[in-house]
Amino acid sequence: MLLVIEQLLNGLQLGVTLFLMSAGLTLIFGIMRVINLAHGSFYMIGAYVAATVAARSGSFLLGLLVALPAAALVGMLVEIVVLRRLYKKDHVDQVLATFGLIMFFNELTRVVWGRQPLFMDVPSWLSGSVELIPGIPYPSYRIAVIGVGLLVAVFLYLMFTRTRIGMQIRAGASNRSMAGALGINIKLLYTLVFGLGTMLAGLAGVMAGPILAVEAGMGESILILTFVVIVIGGIGSVRGAFIGALLVGMIDTLGRAFLPAFFRLFLATAHADGVAASVASMSIYILMAIILVWRPKGLLPAHT
Amino acid sequence: MFQFDRQKICLSIGALLLVLLPLLASLAGEPYLVSLFSRILIYALAAASLDLILGYGGLVSLGHAAFFGIGAYVVGILSFHDFEESALIAWPFLIPGSDSALVAWPAAIFIAALLAVFVGALSLRTSGMHFIMITLAFAQMLYFFFVALEGYGGDDGLSLFSRNTLPALDLGDDTQFYYVCLTLLFAFLYLSARLVKSPFGMVIRGCRENEKRMQSLGFPTFRYKLLCFVIAGAAAGLAGALNANQVEYVSPGLMHWTRSGIILIMVILGGSGTLYGPVLGAAAFLLLEEVLSIYTEHWMLYFGPALILVVLFARHGLYGVLVGKEKRHG
Repeated sequence: MLLVIEQLLNGLQLGVTLFLMSAGLTLIFGIMRVINLAHGSFYMIGAYVAATVAARSGSFLLGLLVALPAAALVGMLVEIVVLRRLYKKDHVDQVLATFGLIMFFNELTRVVWGRQPLFMDVPSWLSGSVELIPGIPYPSYRIAVIGVGLLVAVFLYLMFTRTRIGMQIRAGASNRSMAGALGINIKLLYTLVFGLGTMLAGLAGVMAGPILAVEAGMGESILILTFVVIVIGGIGSVRGAFIGALLVGMIDTLGRAFLPAFFRLFLATAHADGVAASVASMSIYILMAIILVWRPKGLLPAHT
Repeated sequence: MFQFDRQKICLSIGALLLVLLPLLASLAGEPYLVSLFSRILIYALAAASLDLILGYGGLVSLGHAAFFGIGAYVVGILSFHDFEESALIAWPFLIPGSDSALVAWPAAIFIAALLAVFVGALSLRTSGMHFIMITLAFAQMLYFFFVALEGYGGDDGLSLFSRNTLPALDLGDDTQFYYVCLTLLFAFLYLSARLVKSPFGMVIRGCRENEKRMQSLGFPTFRYKLLCFVIAGAAAGLAGALNANQVEYVSPGLMHWTRSGIILIMVILGGSGTLYGPVLGAAAFLLLEEVLSIYTEHWMLYFGPALILVVLFARHGLYGVLVGKEKRHG
């Protein structure tokens, strides 16, 4: 029972990290209709900047505070220099150009920071553990990650439903030229949305920093998971991304934790672990396949 | 008429150069070129097969390396069991391993085609952005499957004991292997050229332009696209089998999604929807990689932005430059 709750929390933590990644990316897909493979690069940039600043200054918070605007600024710069020219092009062009961006950013981090992965320390005030439920200690850092993710979800919900900029973003998503005709500066809006998306990716990267190694190419492994989340949730839907992220986070984590025990019920131990590892690593893709057969446009497709 | 001639001249020169390459390489005293060009031919086959669905079908698959990788693994696994003298499958009937190309390569093609039926049937339910992400995700699924498959080396991959055997030929000899690759590539290009001009090819190209209209004309477009996807997957499987033979090693890295990206780059660099362009693209990419990595370890730092520039400003590909006018719809 203890293990189950702990793994549920781990799944939730992976889920909210994926949500931070996919919320931004689904907006970029849904609003600008551009397929952006380079989203993982901003996750990486966030992690690298935070790791560097935190190591120099000794303050995790300062690292976070520098990394967020850095990810947003690099994102907006990339939007203005490259992405903006791709909105009207074929998907192939978008794939190739953003693939070029990945190559560039991965290599750039190798040039600047070297090939050795960086390690980030958990800030001392979050290094302990908390007993959320009596008798079950859980690392406070991971609880903080879950908290931040949920806060961002609430913030995005309020922004989209209650604020003027949220209304403008929705208007721009459903009809670009009409929104432009009504006096919304679409170009600026796109740049801002892109910056928001990359900032969320940067935030996810900073928070993953102390849990994983910070290295070139770290963005790609989470990028594929993010794609799965978006396909499951429906392109352009932030709500869908939230549900999809939690589903993927839970299934991936629980599969890795409990499938070995499950397969040991009817297979020899050595064999069972191998089968379980294979099935667990494929589980979310199987989930995606099932959802595709059932609902090709995802669980909560955006209205457009 | 001049354009037509120019295309024929370019193709003849290209084919002649490829046929004479081993001779030229030995004259130049660079026998290493033969294995480099075998690699180019193998990737050319993979890129040409992707071009069938990308250039003619308009389907952007970012998971093509899955078929390439599975073809390689079929060869690797068969050869592993042959060497160990253990059974691949013991039940319901005994299937032993094999190191014969006549068994392993058709098996690679068949298994890759089977995988393509499964992936295609699911991913062709969608289109556009969804299709890109889903093909990508399925390829990654396979990647992680082989990473977790400890029995066949897992993350470390599997070394082949030797290249496959063919009656009367020695594949271990680089020149003979080169000519086998060249023959297979020419055969595939010939078949594809016939295919895209056939009624079947016309339906596929019609789907690229306007799928709804093709459906209104009464074509079951899903089946046509699926068959095209399977043919492309099977050919990529053969390329993978050749690749496993060339490097005598298979690993999950073969199906990593960056490899799918690289095959896609080759197609676009050479010119999509041109059939011969991807061959040129594969040659250009691999030669460029070879040359750039002599000068700098960080060649991707320059290649990435160059790729973006190509996409933004020079979309017709190398083949379009060589042949003159864009032969995309030709």
